[in-house]
Amino acid sequence: MAITKTVRDAQQACEGVQDGMTLMLGGFGLCGIPEHSIAELQRLGVKDLVCISNNAGVDDFGLGRLLQGRQIRKMISSYVGENDEFERQMLSGELEVDLIPQGSLAERCRAGGAGIPAFFTPAGYGTEVAEGKEVREFDGKPHILETALTADFAFVKAWKGDAAGNLVYKATARNFNPMMAMAGRITVAEVEHLVPVGELDPNEIHTPGIFVQRIFEGANFEKRIEQRTVRPAQS
Amino acid sequence: MLTKNDIAKRIAQEVQDGWYVNLGIGIPTLVANYIPDGMEVEFQSENGILGMGPFPVEGTEDADLINAGKQTITAMPGAVYFDSATSFAMIRGRHVQLTVLGAMEVSATGDIANWKIPGHMVKGMGGAMDLVASAENIIVAMMHTNKRGDSKLLPACSLPLTGVGCVRRVVTNLAVLDIRDGAFHLVERAPGVSVEEIQQATAGSLVVPDQVPEMAL
Repeated sequence: MAITKTVRDAQQACEGVQDGMTLMLGGFGLCGIPEHSIAELQRLGVKDLVCISNNAGVDDFGLGRLLQGRQIRKMISSYVGENDEFERQMLSGELEVDLIPQGSLAERCRAGGAGIPAFFTPAGYGTEVAEGKEVREFDGKPHILETALTADFAFVKAWKGDAAGNLVYKATARNFNPMMAMAGRITVAEVEHLVPVGELDPNEIHTPGIFVQRIFEGANFEKRIEQRTVRPAQS
Repeated sequence: MLTKNDIAKRIAQEVQDGWYVNLGIGIPTLVANYIPDGMEVEFQSENGILGMGPFPVEGTEDADLINAGKQTITAMPGAVYFDSATSFAMIRGRHVQLTVLGAMEVSATGDIANWKIPGHMVKGMGGAMDLVASAENIIVAMMHTNKRGDSKLLPACSLPLTGVGCVRRVVTNLAVLDIRDGAFHLVERAPGVSVEEIQQATAGSLVVPDQVPEMAL
């Protein structure tokens, strides 16, 4: 019998989030971000947050919404352009920022969820990313030691999910969501379509439900496009 | 002297049948426009797609389908989506045959700087450090000099590094150069550009062979 993880909405899904917590938030740019959970975190007004997310949203969408209310104390990201308020807070020293190579960020989340405390990677060797980190040679090539990341809450977004917490992502909206789902002590999944248990093909599930503690269907996803690039229709 | 599109066109000549290729933002993105018809090449974008296609026809954009530059794209037949950890496993694990990226500076020992200018807003390295750390075949696409006219091909990088000893070849608006044994080796010159012009624009050690052919575009 499948274990039921369904909660009513984002409000119930975010119960227990407190000031000072470390949160992971899936997404790449604005693609595949847990927009309903972010809106609820804004409404709750929780502060002093450490947010682990590849990007920091734009001024009025994604994590930019939490930056507006100065709810974030520290961002752990790989790329944080496209956000004026972020820049202002960073330059004024209000916001602490830890920049991490994108592949190392993904692997540190994966490791956190997989019970691997640290790993060696060649990425960042010889750069300021390597400062203070153990260096070891493997096959004559230097690598740096990176540690795992975990979070009090991980917020992910999927295309389809079921009450057991099994998730299927769509296209490139998958990105960081699967690893962050693994690394959250409480993982909240918001999905576009909550389907009955048994409807998802077990062969095609991306995130097994064991990694998900709460799941809800979001209403009216905005799914904003950051760079709309098109070509003319062929004549 | 080459335009940005010419640089991309020249780099496209480096691509071989059956290769998986990662193209960075800027000039590298243009390389996809010059792959000959019939050549089997798949483009990887590190946000999680192999088999990236052109921009979508207006009206068919999908917010869930973007490239690493956050632009809307399409997927070719046979494309596959994957998570970010798998994506960088492809990159670090040397399953991608060619990486093309832009740079602010390249050194004669193959170091690259392309993510941070002290005193300016730091946006982050994104996937660049992972891309350059393991790839065996990295081509840098860039202008030979910066906006002030200073050489971007240096004895040593002055900006914070993205990676060390990793760049194999540089294609600029003036020349194609290989990097080995601590020097830039002039391979080809752009149409209408003299060896002397290239020497003047190259601050790092430059080795010039007897014959320097003009690029065929």
